[in-house]
Amino acid sequence: MNAIIFSAVLGVVMMFSGIILRSKSAVTTTAIVSLLVLLLANIFNIYDVFSIHIDTRGLLHFNKFGLFFNTILIAATLIFVLLSGKDIEKAGANVSDYYALIFFVLCGTSILTSFNGLLMLFLGIEIMTIPLYILTGADKRNLKSNEASLKYFLMGCFSTGIMLMGIALVYGATGSFSLNVAASSPASAGMPVSSFLQMAGLILLFVSMCFKVSAAPFHFWTPDVYDGAPSVFTSFMATIVKAGGFFAFLNLFESNAQLLGATWKLLMSFVIIATLLIGNITAVFQQSIKRMMAYSSIAQAGFMLFALYSFNDMAKEGILLYAVAYCLATIGFFSVLIKVKDYTFDGFNGLAKTQPVIAFSATVFLMSLAGIPLTAGFFAKYYMLASVVKSGGSLWIVVVAVLFAAISVYYYFKVIQAMYFKEGQPETHEITGRFKTGLVLVAAAVILVGVLPSIVLNWFYF
Amino acid sequence: MPIQYYIYFCLALFSIGIIGVLTRKNAIIVFMCVELMLNAVNLLLVAFSKMHHGAALAGNPATTVGIDGQLFVFFIMVVAAAEVSVGLAIIVMMYRNTHSVDINFLNRLKN
Repeated sequence: MNAIIFSAVLGVVMMFSGIILRSKSAVTTTAIVSLLVLLLANIFNIYDVFSIHIDTRGLLHFNKFGLFFNTILIAATLIFVLLSGKDIEKAGANVSDYYALIFFVLCGTSILTSFNGLLMLFLGIEIMTIPLYILTGADKRNLKSNEASLKYFLMGCFSTGIMLMGIALVYGATGSFSLNVAASSPASAGMPVSSFLQMAGLILLFVSMCFKVSAAPFHFWTPDVYDGAPSVFTSFMATIVKAGGFFAFLNLFESNAQLLGATWKLLMSFVIIATLLIGNITAVFQQSIKRMMAYSSIAQAGFMLFALYSFNDMAKEGILLYAVAYCLATIGFFSVLIKVKDYTFDGFNGLAKTQPVIAFSATVFLMSLAGIPLTAGFFAKYYMLASVVKSGGSLWIVVVAVLFAAISVYYYFKVIQAMYFKEGQPETHEITGRFKTGLVLVAAAVILVGVLPSIVLNWFYF
Repeated sequence: MPIQYYIYFCLALFSIGIIGVLTRKNAIIVFMCVELMLNAVNLLLVAFSKMHHGAALAGNPATTVGIDGQLFVFFIMVVAAAEVSVGLAIIVMMYRNTHSVDINFLNRLKN
């Protein structure tokens, strides 16, 4: 409960900090302190040092997995603000409002990591996405930002409508909004078609969750939105929000997947293969690195979907590790991308000569995203694929995933090649020593998790 | 009236909303169609709520079964209101820059 209350209150605090504080950097400092408070409040909640208990009548359910996942998301946001705080200040005029919205998004993800019913699922998703529509359109004079915002808004509303229809049909069939649809017995026996309604409702829920985590074939909004949004907020959207959405997806279908029986594995393997195919193949042909990262985030979503394919303990560990690896690497790489003025591959030419530290960190992040051993991404991918093998899933899907991971190496290494082996004078924004230190620390964390993944996982069982 | 009528009616409204979202080009009309989808869901939830309540009433005259469905409707209405305020702001922002609320106009700007 701590995280939900604190993030909402601190969001309001951030909103007013814009009136009181005159300088933009003071607002950023306030945000960093507030995030630290939020992080501590959530960690205290895990170990029961200090936690607020409110009887929610079973609407929310706090377990260690969810709380720990939430800690990762808040910590990722902290790293994001520490690295890119200066760029958030440049995104537009109302800095304090952006931070307030970021806190409201965190409130949404806190609900999503603890929901125990369809009502809270709906509220969590909405609290998470409505602030994002505004953040996407933060660059008010830029037409691309406008387009991204409108597109995201319309697609988001549309998928919300589908999700609500799914919830309504499930309610009609079972008479409750409980998460475990199978366990709640149909209240009215007078409904001959209730099992059909329930199935239709579950499929609509599945479709809308695929929309939210941008899994194929419902991914088409992602590249435009990620490309059009201000780069700092793309970084936030592609990591924290997506990971939160995945947790909700996992939690929602953990108990309901067996209702669909063997169809579930078939459905999931179709969605996974389609997501990996579209994400990886399209990313190869992109000219702009920002757009390539949008497709790469679709491809990474394909790997995260394996957790929904296997649903065992290893999958849970895997999704934790994946969230850590993916958030660290993507936030790190985006913070580098924002500093470079030209987003095409040529814009990175010769970066290793002018900014060796930054180029090296970026290389570590890209290798982690590609899943090269000794970086966090390797073990994240390994756990995901191993969970499939362990759950007795078909091996061919693992082989296909490995093949697509090999393809992804091509487009990630194209950036490394541009940085190290091409001549050029990349134009960058001002780079401070503090930024470099932060970046190196994040790169070190990526390698540390890659060498000893048990650091993250032991914590989970502790 | 049998519950089936309500289900068919709500599905029809919902489908009109979906078709509208997919085919219309005016941002405001698309937005109205989304609202139509949400309202179809509201109506369906209220109908189911009454159905579950009616079924439980036979066994226990003081039952509160089915109330949660109507509560959900209030949440949907609140969230829809929040969405309207954000959505209209986005459409106004776009109108200021392009002097048009046509969705296709934005696609032409791509690349």
